[in-house]
Amino acid sequence: MGFLEVTQALLDGLWNTFLIFALTLVLALPLGLVISFGSMSKIKPISYIVKFFVWIIRGVPLMLQVIIIYYVPGMLFGVPVLSRFVAVIVAFVINYACYFSEIYRGGIEGIPRGQYEAAQVLGMTKWETFRTVILMQVIKRILAPMGNEVITLVKDTALARVIMVVEIIQAAQNFAAYGLMWPLFYTAVFYLAFVGVLTLLFGYLEKKLSYYKV
Amino acid sequence: MAFLEVKNLKKSFGSTKVLHGIDFSMEQGEVVAVIGASGGGKTTFLRCLNFLEIADEGTIEIDGGFSFNAEKKYTESEIREMILRMGLVFQSFNLFPQYTAFDNVFIPMKLRTVERHKKDKSFDLAAALEENRERARYLLCEVGLKDKMQNYPWQLSGGQQQRVAIARALAQNPDVLCFDEPTSALDPELTGEVLRVIKELKDKGCTMIVVTHEMEFARKVADRAIFFADGVIEEEGVPEKLFEHPTSPKTAAFLGHVNGSLNG
Ligand SMILES: Nc1ncnc2c1ncn2[C@@H]1O[C@H](COP(=O)(O)OP(=O)(O)OP(=O)(O)O)[C@@H](O)[C@H]1O
Ligand SMILES: [Mg+2]
Repeated sequence: MGFLEVTQALLDGLWNTFLIFALTLVLALPLGLVISFGSMSKIKPISYIVKFFVWIIRGVPLMLQVIIIYYVPGMLFGVPVLSRFVAVIVAFVINYACYFSEIYRGGIEGIPRGQYEAAQVLGMTKWETFRTVILMQVIKRILAPMGNEVITLVKDTALARVIMVVEIIQAAQNFAAYGLMWPLFYTAVFYLAFVGVLTLLFGYLEKKLSYYKV
Repeated sequence: MAFLEVKNLKKSFGSTKVLHGIDFSMEQGEVVAVIGASGGGKTTFLRCLNFLEIADEGTIEIDGGFSFNAEKKYTESEIREMILRMGLVFQSFNLFPQYTAFDNVFIPMKLRTVERHKKDKSFDLAAALEENRERARYLLCEVGLKDKMQNYPWQLSGGQQQRVAIARALAQNPDVLCFDEPTSALDPELTGEVLRVIKELKDKGCTMIVVTHEMEFARKVADRAIFFADGVIEEEGVPEKLFEHPTSPKTAAFLGHVNGSLNG
């Protein structure tokens, strides 16, 4: 089994890694915002329920959540309900949305009250205030913690293999059956490249937003 | 009726009564200095006038402007109409950090123009926005920031930031402009430039209420001073007179304390 063949197999695995990563991000970013609004709700029961839910999701290992979401509906209804891949996406989206919601919450709650009040006395509506005053400040505040979380997500995709979704690590491990260990070590190169691109991207964004200070 | 008339204004936070029924009026072009010990309710009074707090009882009226009665319910947009008639400059400036000095002044105006245009398409939006830009530039020149328009707040000194905040508050052309200790967050050497701007506004006929600890400024610029104590207007009068010959023991005690701490 040659280098090219292994590389090809790993790239196939990487595609799944990327899909899990991208789908999770696209779905969890907005869902996290909804959850953060829930946890900041002035209606106490809503905020308690949401905070309790976030505590559960953040308190249980993601690996376990993937397993539960894949197997439990099947155990209840007798047949597998979700495809393996969909189960992974559902578990990841819920998990990451909860982490993101806490980052959003920190970002939003960190905005000084004076910003809202200044906007209010200038006659801005709530929506105008959010859109023109608050949003850019929140983005700046959450960029660094978001960068961390997104990089963690890249590596968490490896958990998909607990329900046999073949991502890059699993693709490499398939070679172990042939007594080949090096493909597993070789995957690190792909992760590093992936994370490297993201690091550059976040660095670029941070620089783009460095013209103001919050 | 006076230009601004406030009657029996009351405000509590939970069980803490802060304003116990404020009766206050002022004429157009008048400048009123508000003094008083910490916790007396000066800030709360200004916040009620600017609808950051909604008073529990009482009325606020502007001649030819609006008439607020705490007993009535107002929609958010009705409150906004009233807010636009009042201006407030904060102790801590509260500029929007992501916008230049120019945009801090221009963007709030722009939002109102765009809103107006949505309801009434008969005027030319582009021309109106150009007028807004012109006004933003004019106001920033007026407060002496001709060369700082494209600077971000973090590139400005506290005094410059406060002057941007003043220009921003003036942009909506408020009937009454309120200042809550506009120089308290500034280094002593920067208070002068802000107070000078307020003085110039007075000369242009701006109606202003200024909460301040700057007695010298109050004496020189204000037409009238009012002394706030424990949620009521304890005493009011021409600054000279109030400061030299207070009739209320509370006023005397406060002034003695302020003068004492200035001299000592
Ligand atoms: N949102 C609030 N909730 C509860 N209490 C409040 C609130 N705002 C003000 N107070 C209380 O109201 C009282 C008056 O406060 P206010 O800020 O109006 O006084 P002030 O005269 O401006 O004082 P200072 O000179 O320190 O600025 C204080 O006892 C304060 O603790
Ligand atoms: Mg105050």
